[in-house]
Amino acid sequence: MGGRVGEWAGTAKWFQEMKLITCPLNGPRNASEFICGGPVKAAPPPDAPDRDWADYLFLEDNPAGRVREWWCHLPSSYWFIVERDTLTEEILDTYPADRLVGGAAS
Amino acid sequence: MPLNLLWRGLRPGINRRRWLPDTPALKRRYDVVIIGGGAHGLAAAYYLATRHGVKDIAVIERGWLGGGNTARNTAIIRSNYLTPEGVEFYDLSVKLYRGLARETGINLMYTERGHLTLAHTDAALRTARWRAEVNQHMGVDSRLVYPDEIARLCPQLDLSDRPHLPIMGALYHPPGAIARHDAVAWGYAHGAARAGVEIHQGTEVTGIDVAGGKVQGVKTSRGRIGCDAVIQAVAGSSSRVAALAGFKLPIKTIPLQACVSQPLKPFLDPIIVSSSLHAYVSQSSRGELVMGGAVDPYPLYKQRSSLDFMERLVADILELFPFLGSVRMMRQWAGIADMTPDFSPVMGPTPVEGYYLDAGWGTWGFKASPAAGLTMAELVATGRTPEVIRPFGLDRFSNLRQVGEKAAASVGH
Repeated sequence: MGGRVGEWAGTAKWFQEMKLITCPLNGPRNASEFICGGPVKAAPPPDAPDRDWADYLFLEDNPAGRVREWWCHLPSSYWFIVERDTLTEEILDTYPADRLVGGAAS
Repeated sequence: MPLNLLWRGLRPGINRRRWLPDTPALKRRYDVVIIGGGAHGLAAAYYLATRHGVKDIAVIERGWLGGGNTARNTAIIRSNYLTPEGVEFYDLSVKLYRGLARETGINLMYTERGHLTLAHTDAALRTARWRAEVNQHMGVDSRLVYPDEIARLCPQLDLSDRPHLPIMGALYHPPGAIARHDAVAWGYAHGAARAGVEIHQGTEVTGIDVAGGKVQGVKTSRGRIGCDAVIQAVAGSSSRVAALAGFKLPIKTIPLQACVSQPLKPFLDPIIVSSSLHAYVSQSSRGELVMGGAVDPYPLYKQRSSLDFMERLVADILELFPFLGSVRMMRQWAGIADMTPDFSPVMGPTPVEGYYLDAGWGTWGFKASPAAGLTMAELVATGRTPEVIRPFGLDRFSNLRQVGEKAAASVGH
């Protein structure tokens, strides 16, 4: 696939429409280089009952609107945070995960 | 106006009854409110009215009948699933589909084409063998076939060793069928309306009234309705509507895309699915190739198409049918699919008494429409969960008793 993008870059409108994600480590990269790891949410304490763990693992807020998620840039195995809108498909912000430290991840 | 037309129109006895009545005024109370006027909600209304004598029903639809995922799926019907629970449920649907055109009086163009799930790897072949064993045990016509027989069933497939992943075998399911999806919604709507069900299009649900853990009514853009029971059947919006009732679901909402080619002369009889290439194709009765793949890579509530999808899909289809290289694409679209962790639906009672759920239909909802409607109707009418849907309850996640259908429900595995 690598050569094909270059082939299209000069001529095709499609290339400009492709979605880019700004990786905090690597800068703007094609969205197909990333995977979505799911919403940022606080894990239950290790000794929490099974039910709490099941809820944590399976139940989703699944909101239509702003979400804060873990994403990974696959070629560099770099995990970071994306804030985006699930109604408009806009990327609102991307930043390193250490910005969550200190209770910001609720 | 031509005279003969005028004469016809004025003739007594001509059937002036419309296929569907106008949206009536909203009453203040119904026995049952069904949220969602797609194939599932309309089927539930139809079976409640015709099999259980529950006729005081309002079907509430934000847009128009069958305008959501009912209109956006690729209309494949089959029951060659992996788990005994799944096979039993989807086979009930196949049996209902076979008699549905006669029952509802609308031509569904239900056509049994045969369904081939191609295996290009040892792992895929092992899964196909597993499914064939479970299917046969449950009385479903399904078996493993190898390239010599595949060549007879579908001589157009590239069975050589040219492709990156040559075809090693397939799961063959002769009853696999396609149908006209809009007609399923219209047929059920017509039958339900004739039995007295009110269908309210252009009516959006804005809130669910719950008191003492029990549903009291539904708030809509046209006023509040009191009721004793609610069925939620809103594929693509399940989490948002359940949130109005106050509970969370094990669902991520992700777009699923599909496309059709220009019409071609009929050449492709069976429905072809490739589990390893994540692609499937069938030829519709008007000659278009109907094609799709796996869901998009991230959750989104937007019915948009993407070039990424088309590029990947076309590359995969050309691995199967290299001679299609110069065929033009005509339309591309998306539906938003409510994906569950185990690729099975979520059906039955909820934490809110009187509020019943028909959700989690991911990429497998159209084929389930009759069985989902029939069993949800029985649940609401009798208060007892039918055995065939008991495994799909919302509580299976907290009980850690999931029904893993990923290998058979999704095209991606």
